[in-house]
Amino acid sequence: MEDKDMQGINPQKQNKATIIVHSGDMDKMYSALIIGNGALSMGMEVSLYFTFFGLQRLKKGGLEKGSLSKRHMMGLGKMMIKKKMEKANVASLEKMITDFKELGGKILACDMTMEVMGVKREDLRQDLISDYCSVGTYIQEAMESRITLFI
Amino acid sequence: MAKIKVDVKGQTCPVPLVECRKALRKASTGDIVEIEGTHPASKKEIPMAVKALGYKIVSIEEEGSTWKIKICKE
Repeated sequence: MEDKDMQGINPQKQNKATIIVHSGDMDKMYSALIIGNGALSMGMEVSLYFTFFGLQRLKKGGLEKGSLSKRHMMGLGKMMIKKKMEKANVASLEKMITDFKELGGKILACDMTMEVMGVKREDLRQDLISDYCSVGTYIQEAMESRITLFI
Repeated sequence: MAKIKVDVKGQTCPVPLVECRKALRKASTGDIVEIEGTHPASKKEIPMAVKALGYKIVSIEEEGSTWKIKICKE
């Protein structure tokens, strides 16, 4: 039997995707932003929750700083992949995050990570961040989502 | 009713889809968005997005590796 409390969830609001951006790796940042932008483009609401190493990418000047999750080879692998991406005309993470905001995507920063890792609001790109929150907000949004991912 | 042209020739995933959405958001009701590109998967996926958004595909043309999709924001 369905929990009575679950009836409070609005089915109208279920055209939503929530993605936890836990990794700060460059390739995974691409995955999160490509999926996020794709979902927005297809008419969904999207929230990205930046936590742990992912949150480091929201620091001023930090967006492109992630390493490759595999074959990073002290930066050599990342350099090679970047060259190939340029050749294939893949958009930069900066363009993708700008588009994400323009299409109405929400970016949320995990306040526990900020405390643990000593990150202050002024260290982060506050212009991008819609809110500072913790797990309750994620679960609340995830309950109303058709897609949830952990990247 | 305006006609809005979007050129995404040479662009790859997810740019054609994103630029299409950006143009549709800015368009007024009744406007035509005409998007031209070369990314093969987007030729299939833009119509999927248009359907999901509840707008109408007017035409899909293809010439060589270039496709042109006309969308009406109803």
